[in-house]
Amino acid sequence: MTDALIHTRLPDRAPPISEAGIIHWARTNLFSSVTNTAMTLFSLYALYVLVPPLVNWALINANLAGTDRTGCDANEHGACWTFIKVRFNQIMYGLFYGSNPDQIWRPILAFFSLVGLIIPLFIDSFNHKGKLAAFVLIVFPFIAFALIHGAWLGLPVADTSEWGGFLLTFVLASVGIVAALPIGILLALGRRSDLPIVRGFSVFYIELWRGTPLITVLFMASVLLPLFFPAGVDFDKVLRALIGITLFQSAYVAEAIRGGLQAIPKGQFEAADALGLSYWKKMSFIVLPQALKISIPGIVNTFIALFKDTSLVSIIGLLDLLNMSQTASQGLEWKGYDTEAYLFAAFIFWMFCFGMSRYSKNLEESLDRGHKN
Amino acid sequence: MTNTDTQGQAVPQMPSSNEGSYSIDIEGLNKWYGTFHVLKDINLKVAKGERIVICGPSGSGKSTLIRCLNRLEEHQEGTIIVDGVELTNDVKNIDKVRREVGMVFQHFNLFPHLTVLENCTLAPIWVRKTPKKEAIADAMKYLERVRIPEQANKYPGQLSGGQQQRVAIARSLCMNPRIMLFDEPTSALDPEMISEVLDVMIDLANSGMTMLCVTHEMGFAKQVADRVIFMDYGEIVEEAAPEEFFNNPKHDRTQLFLSQILAH
Repeated sequence: MTDALIHTRLPDRAPPISEAGIIHWARTNLFSSVTNTAMTLFSLYALYVLVPPLVNWALINANLAGTDRTGCDANEHGACWTFIKVRFNQIMYGLFYGSNPDQIWRPILAFFSLVGLIIPLFIDSFNHKGKLAAFVLIVFPFIAFALIHGAWLGLPVADTSEWGGFLLTFVLASVGIVAALPIGILLALGRRSDLPIVRGFSVFYIELWRGTPLITVLFMASVLLPLFFPAGVDFDKVLRALIGITLFQSAYVAEAIRGGLQAIPKGQFEAADALGLSYWKKMSFIVLPQALKISIPGIVNTFIALFKDTSLVSIIGLLDLLNMSQTASQGLEWKGYDTEAYLFAAFIFWMFCFGMSRYSKNLEESLDRGHKN
Repeated sequence: MTNTDTQGQAVPQMPSSNEGSYSIDIEGLNKWYGTFHVLKDINLKVAKGERIVICGPSGSGKSTLIRCLNRLEEHQEGTIIVDGVELTNDVKNIDKVRREVGMVFQHFNLFPHLTVLENCTLAPIWVRKTPKKEAIADAMKYLERVRIPEQANKYPGQLSGGQQQRVAIARSLCMNPRIMLFDEPTSALDPEMISEVLDVMIDLANSGMTMLCVTHEMGFAKQVADRVIFMDYGEIVEEAAPEEFFNNPKHDRTQLFLSQILAH
């Protein structure tokens, strides 16, 4: 062989200036064409017209002082946040805690214990995630109930019919979400099963609940269900709503997960089979972790929908965040300030839904293993 | 039984010398996909430690045949006995066979959400009930054997095709299988990565493992196979030792196939 030529590689160069920077960004995104430029200018004008008055009303001219409506009535150019301040406990915790402010530590303690227990689950170096998660899911609900209801601990009793506001919304949504997920997983697996009876039942269940409006489900749970119980058996109204919501929600979760299951390549199932993994091991170690990751956007979507749909419990006489805000603004004391009530409720809803959406995005990114099927 | 993880030079026992000790015994195997008759009257006996290469044109049923051996495909007629266990609808038998038979796929089929090490230890821990520490030590041993111990904590998506296929081989070996099935293990690889996978397979073949390889790598067949089987239209057309097979093929179909793949 003759001596080989030595090839020297060319160094990498930076891209041309016109490919980067804010001017380039603006040119390609805001002013790329005549239509685009017109839309950009129109949007800027709309912002100019809408934003300053809103800021003036909601922040600059707003009323927060005092404990009654006199200040608000005197200044009609600003929002009346005094109303929210005065009725905050009622809107957040419902009628019982609204009229017993000395007991408010109970829901607050429950809420922050939950937050405190959940935080370690997000710390990578924490080694007992499984045990803690089991505690949060199985034991904590009873602790929270004991605290908020009070009878088990000998505290003044806050009957579930007096739960309301954000507290009720949070209980309905979080229990609905947590309880619907495992049922949804089983239904999704059932719908993809080779066993005809299991598959048939899953399809029937999913299609039945998906074909029914939530409002009907709640109405049935509240009005029709008691007819099937012997006289005198009273079944807690909140519990009935929870069962209805969970059954309803699990059908939607199942469909979101089924989409993920269908996206798993056949080779994954075959590789797991070839290694001798049983059906449940194959599903729990190989298929579901991948399928759930793919289903995150769909699952979170149904959770966000559920969080907002909890407002429908007003049909059975429960006062969630939205309805409690509305109720608070309808007494003579604060009549006319319902805009503030709705805005406040909307803000709380938005904060939680946006949080869920952000969290799901982070989760997707942190679970990304650089593998695109 | 046999030592499955030694590096010793096991000499393949010829079928005639020991009737009861076939690793795989297939008799009168027939399989249909719907009305399509994909495997026709297959009879095949594989001795312990024997290395068999199966080749043939695409659609000839060679992949289906080896996928029947661990019940990834069901057969409708005939008997398949693997390592003394007959494959029927009995789930216990299927599990027993799958524990003893490793398989390497064309598209690797690594678990993308698990690290290389987790890919290798999952089945030993959950199927064989090996203690975790032991499973990790075993896995590292096999990753070293396929020459990628340094990739143990990466995810499959971060590896090249050749590396992924070597991990897939290591993952199968971690179950200490008595038989290894290879389903076109190099067909999805870029040309420059084929030899690193073949080297690992040759090393494995020389260790006395019973192997069935569906492959078009004729160099591999010549170097390590005890027998080459040529399939066409769902039948075994010809089987012979590699020398005989490549130098003196008897059937016209075999001759045509060999002329097509060896033409360049």
